[in-house]
Formats: sequence, structure tokens, C-alpha cells
Amino acid sequence: MADPQVLPAPWVVIEAMAELWQAGDLQMHLTDTAIRVMWAFSLAMLLGGLLGYLMGRNPLMNAWLDPWLIVFLNLPALVLIVLCYLWIGLNELAAILAVTLNKLPMVMTLIREGARNASAELRDLAFVFKLSPLAKFRHIIFPELLPHIVAAARAGLAVIWKIVLVVEFLGRGTGIGRQIHTQFSIFNVTGVLAYALSFVVFILLIEFLIMQPLERYANRWRQDA
Amino acid sequence: MLEVNVHGKFFGGQQILGACRLSLQAGERVSLLGPSGIGKSTLLRIIAGLDKAYQGEVKRPAATAFMFQGPNLLEWRNCYQNLLIFNPQATLAEAQTALEQVGLGNKGKHYPRQLSLGQQRRLALARTFLSRTDLVLLDEPFTSLDPALKNDMLSLTRKLLDQSGATLVHVTHDAAEAMVLGSQVIAMQGQPATVQFGIQEAVMIVETGAGDG
Repeated sequence: MADPQVLPAPWVVIEAMAELWQAGDLQMHLTDTAIRVMWAFSLAMLLGGLLGYLMGRNPLMNAWLDPWLIVFLNLPALVLIVLCYLWIGLNELAAILAVTLNKLPMVMTLIREGARNASAELRDLAFVFKLSPLAKFRHIIFPELLPHIVAAARAGLAVIWKIVLVVEFLGRGTGIGRQIHTQFSIFNVTGVLAYALSFVVFILLIEFLIMQPLERYANRWRQDA
Repeated sequence: MLEVNVHGKFFGGQQILGACRLSLQAGERVSLLGPSGIGKSTLLRIIAGLDKAYQGEVKRPAATAFMFQGPNLLEWRNCYQNLLIFNPQATLAEAQTALEQVGLGNKGKHYPRQLSLGQQRRLALARTFLSRTDLVLLDEPFTSLDPALKNDMLSLTRKLLDQSGATLVHVTHDAAEAMVLGSQVIAMQGQPATVQFGIQEAVMIVETGAGDG
């Protein structure tokens, strides 16, 4: 039998989760973390999508931004987090910015690839049929990019919530990361596992209830005869 | 109706097209014939406005339709949408009629991937002819099809051309296609390639010289 102090039994962890839920702590910290994840995710997808698309379509933009992209791709998450806290302060803005900047290069890389692979034939088609810019975006550019956007979102969510926990661990007063810090400092393994596990469950719910149905919808035309 | 006056077209310092002059009346049909690589498709892209890097000028009607070598469909939109997105003024009923004309009457809600290659080509044909079009440009859409499908597509195209009364410029390396479409063959030749059709200058010179009355 393992030492319950080091590796508590599963039912002990579940019991601890139930207690935290009843006390209301779990919901509060889950909500705070989820809000940070949502902000960083949205910002990274929006900004990364836009910049990645421009880089994929415009060689000048690519030449200008590519060195920065490589720097940010290789910059350790921790360095960005610490610098954001040092320069901006120990606040919400710094926390969300640090996570966004960590995720941004990956979104840019994936969307750039999608924009580069865009079909020249379909652009010719849009031209000869005089498609409006809006119709061209809706029916050609966006659907062509969609598989890359979905891939970036899937991979991104996984990266973001891991980084959000580190950001909270280092400099926020609330959130799952902060609670793991607290439990760690009193060496309460059950507490660490209870908080970590609840967030895993939360992420799995998002995956099954939002991400996978969205992906199925985006790919509905791929069904073959 | 269509006036093409191209003086030259270069690709990386090499001249592909020399003087290419075409003048077509409404309803006239021509097939540009020549070996591959001579610049037929390049000339057609210039006529369509897809290629703007050339010397000369082109006057074409606003209602110009283009059919590509491949079906070039939006795989993520169904057959109705593939017709209506590119012909926004057409109604669903018109799209249905267009599908029936090409034998896809029951496929409106199917996605292109659910169609055979022949059906995809016919959908592309329906898209080309759905709106009123004054000029139809065909860029070897019948190449690489098996003989049965090719004949099927050619006679269908002929039927739609007869119905619409549109002018046709068709690029091919198969003179037999021109026969079925009822178009006059113009050979493209030389390096750089040149072509001349329907230009009236020669006639005018004869007229100024005539005087035995």
C-alpha cells in the first residue's frame, strides 16, 4: 500500500472534491480559471488567426514577422510569464497577456500553413464569377481555413489551461493554479489532486460538449458517397 | 462583343504570346487549337481578366462565364449552394431546373464528394450556364475524361450553348471537340504564338482600292 499522504486512494480525492464543492470553493476557483482560459483563448485565436492569415498571404508580412514568430515559439513560457508580471504588474491583464503570448505563435503557425495552402483555382473562380469580398470570405476563405482553425483551437485549449495554472501559481490570488500552490505549500497531496482532477473533468466536458460537436459540424461535407 | 488585341505576354523574360487578335460577334463560336504549352490557356486567362500582366487590351462583356479544366467546386457547400453562391440573382427553382438539365435533379442537397467525377463536371457546367451569360470561356474542360463521359459533356455543352446563344471561346487540343460544339477552329502556332480571327482590316483595304464602277 502506498503512503496515503503521498498517493491517496481515489475515493479520498473524490470525497475531497465533494467537500470543496459543498463549501463553494471549487466553483469559485474553477470559474476564475475558466474565465482566464476563455479570455486568453479568444484573444490568441483572434489575433493569431489574423496575423497568421496575413503572413500566409503576404510574403512581405511573412518576412517581417517570421523572425519574431521563431523567437516567441522558442521562448520558454516561464520567461514570458515572469516578464509580463514584472513589466505590467501582478494583475489580471498581465496574467491573460502572458497566456495569450504563449499561445499566439502556435496559432499563427497553423493558420499561416492553412492560408498558404489556399487553392488558387478557387480564387480564380471567385474572380470570374465576381464574388463579393464578403461572399468570398464566407464561402471560400473561411471554409478553407476551418480545419486549421479547429486544429489550432484543439491544440490551443490544451496548452492554454496548462499555462493558466502556472500563471495563477506564480501571481494570482484565485484560481485552480493558486489553490494548487496553497495545497502544495502545506504538502496536501489530496488537495492538489482534488483541484487538478476537477479541472481535468471541466476540460473534458468542454472537449466532448463543445469542441467535438463543432468539429463534426465543420467536417460534415467530408462524408463520401 | 469580344475584342482581343494582345501584343505580347512574357513569362520570366520569355515571350509566350505574340500578336493575338480576335474579334467575335454575338453568338459566334471559336475553338483555339494548338499543342500543349503554346499559350492557349494563357490567352484564355487574359481574355477572362484572370491574367492582367500583358501588353494590349481586351474588351469583353460583363456577363462572362468561365469553365476550368477541373470541376473546381466548393466541397463544403451542397449542389444548390454551389450554383447559387456564384449566381446570387438566381432562385432556388432556377437552380433546380439547371440541375435537372444536367441530369442532377435529385442531387441538390448532396455535397460534391458524394458525386461521381462525371456528375461533378456536370454540376460545374450547370454553374457556368445558370445565369444569363454573353460570353462563355472553356479552358479544356473535356480533357482527361473517358470517351463516353466526354461525349456526354460535349453534347450537353452544345445544348446549353444553343439555348443561351452565348459567344464561345474554347481552348482544346482536340479538333473533334470543335465539331460537336459547332465552333470554328483557329490554330495557334509559332513561337511566340500568334493568332488572328475576325479582324476586318484586310477587307477595308480592298474596299479603298476598288474603283471599276
